[in-house]
Amino acid sequence: MNNSIPKKLKYSRTHEWVRQDDDVLTIGITDHAQTMLGDLVYVELPEPESNVETGHECAVVESVKAAADVYSPVSGEVIEINEALLESPQLINEDPYGKGWLFRVKPFESEIAEDVAKLLTADQYTKQVASEAH
Amino acid sequence: MPFIPHTEHDVKEMLATIGVAKLENLFDEIPDSLRVKNLPAIPASLTEMELARLMRQRAALDSGMLCFMGAGAYEHHIPAAVWDIASRGEFLTAYTPYQAEASQGTLQLLYEYQTMMASLMGLDVSNASLYEGGSAAAEAILMAARSHRKHKTYRVLIPRALHPYYRDVIKTIVGQQDIIQLIEVPFDAATGQTQLSAMEKDLHDEVTAVVIPQPNFFGVLEDADAMTDWAHAHGAIAIGVVNPMAMALLKPPGQWGKKGADIACGEGQPLGVPLASGGPYYGFLCCKRDFVRQLPGRIVGRTVDKEGKQGFVLTLQAREQHIRRAKATSNICTNQGLLVTASTIYMSLLGPEGLRQVAEACYLNAQYLKKKLEILHGVEVVFHSPCFHEIVVRLSKPVDKILRLLANDKIQAGFNLAPIYPELGECLLICVTETKTEADIEWFVKCLAQVLAMNSSTIKNIECAK
Repeated sequence: MNNSIPKKLKYSRTHEWVRQDDDVLTIGITDHAQTMLGDLVYVELPEPESNVETGHECAVVESVKAAADVYSPVSGEVIEINEALLESPQLINEDPYGKGWLFRVKPFESEIAEDVAKLLTADQYTKQVASEAH
Repeated sequence: MPFIPHTEHDVKEMLATIGVAKLENLFDEIPDSLRVKNLPAIPASLTEMELARLMRQRAALDSGMLCFMGAGAYEHHIPAAVWDIASRGEFLTAYTPYQAEASQGTLQLLYEYQTMMASLMGLDVSNASLYEGGSAAAEAILMAARSHRKHKTYRVLIPRALHPYYRDVIKTIVGQQDIIQLIEVPFDAATGQTQLSAMEKDLHDEVTAVVIPQPNFFGVLEDADAMTDWAHAHGAIAIGVVNPMAMALLKPPGQWGKKGADIACGEGQPLGVPLASGGPYYGFLCCKRDFVRQLPGRIVGRTVDKEGKQGFVLTLQAREQHIRRAKATSNICTNQGLLVTASTIYMSLLGPEGLRQVAEACYLNAQYLKKKLEILHGVEVVFHSPCFHEIVVRLSKPVDKILRLLANDKIQAGFNLAPIYPELGECLLICVTETKTEADIEWFVKCLAQVLAMNSSTIKNIECAK
């Protein structure tokens, strides 16, 4: 069973993906993550206008069998959250890189370069997922 | 599913299967220095006959008293059917319901309890119960704090007229978290009601939650509508700490103010649980649907199995520590199943109408007592505001001595307020429930009058336990 890992995105070791559009970053969890979690039933998103910090827990996704923390891959201000997930958390299972996006961040100027440099490419993330398989 | 202890034969067989000679060998890993050989502080065991005699002697010390004491635990008549049914093996020794397919009876009962409790409170959801009223209030405050993640410091207003033991428990449980500030709100000396307006001038920052007792510790009815609206106007969560029996007669928390209280909690003992020297009792906790994911404790849900047949399960378990450990809403992983069973049977037998009649009888008895006491020399009714079934009186003689003298007449006359509320002076909190007849009340008043009429030096010499 192959989970998709789109080439144009960046990834974190904790299974989040990042898409950069100019100075806005969109964040979600990967196809691998949603497969491991199973059917999602609830999502707790960060407050708009709050700040998130690299590596710190910023959201929670809850499935029928587990509740998992989502760690922010970047530092910045939350400018938008995907409200559709409050009613339809299963969008994450159906379309983790599209309709299942979690929130959007305006990164802090001073930290953006450092944050992005630490992210994994699609190839690096593919290797990591393979090494985690047991 | 029956749970039967192992026989010696069973144990031998199991040991043989795993290749262990004696049961004691399974504890070989424990270092000798940590083992307890004997327990000298514990007396030798008694036979059933000796134990039964000892307990009868102890029980006789408290029995036969006419009880006019409330202060958080209330004597109500419990129909014989309640404990007859609750004592059945299926209820009395049912196992904890984590295996849904083996616990449908327990889970259905808890679901029925939750439904009745939510209905009584006028709110959307109830949990399956907590330990008792005080910790329920503490959990409600923690719920309010979690729901207000934006606040840097959580400020919670707690009336001085809230049960003093609940205030202690709240301090103990919540006080460990530095970010939660507990602020005391005074009560009006004339009415006994909490004065929220007194807080306005001191409040510069946000308020997280306001605790609204109903009735308060003095038996006085608070202006719950005004307090709820005040809380909401200040962006705070309104938490009702209520007597569930009173809610059968008064407006329930879900209907307070313009939007209704957000959370309601309290002590479930009045509903079918005997006084039993202080416990076990149970705490109830209910809330609006918006807060359900912050609700601690077990929640039972109704669902269908793969064949479409109705079934009951523990649900929303991601709130609990066996799923989320450090992120759990609470460390509690149990509920007071047997007491909740008794309460559910009690509420079923009485129904909403029967419950209202009991509450009304309590209220009318308290009014009758108040009238009789008002004309007594040496007695002053302190608060001239509506009350439920408890009243506060100021006595012309020391309360502890009066209580001792009345105990000699086999009357438990009430709760001494003087040590906890020194600002009130020699005050007594008296409770009358539906269990008292007019004759009982008249006897109480007669004995009190006699005791108050004794001369001061006689009273001064009465010995009281410290």
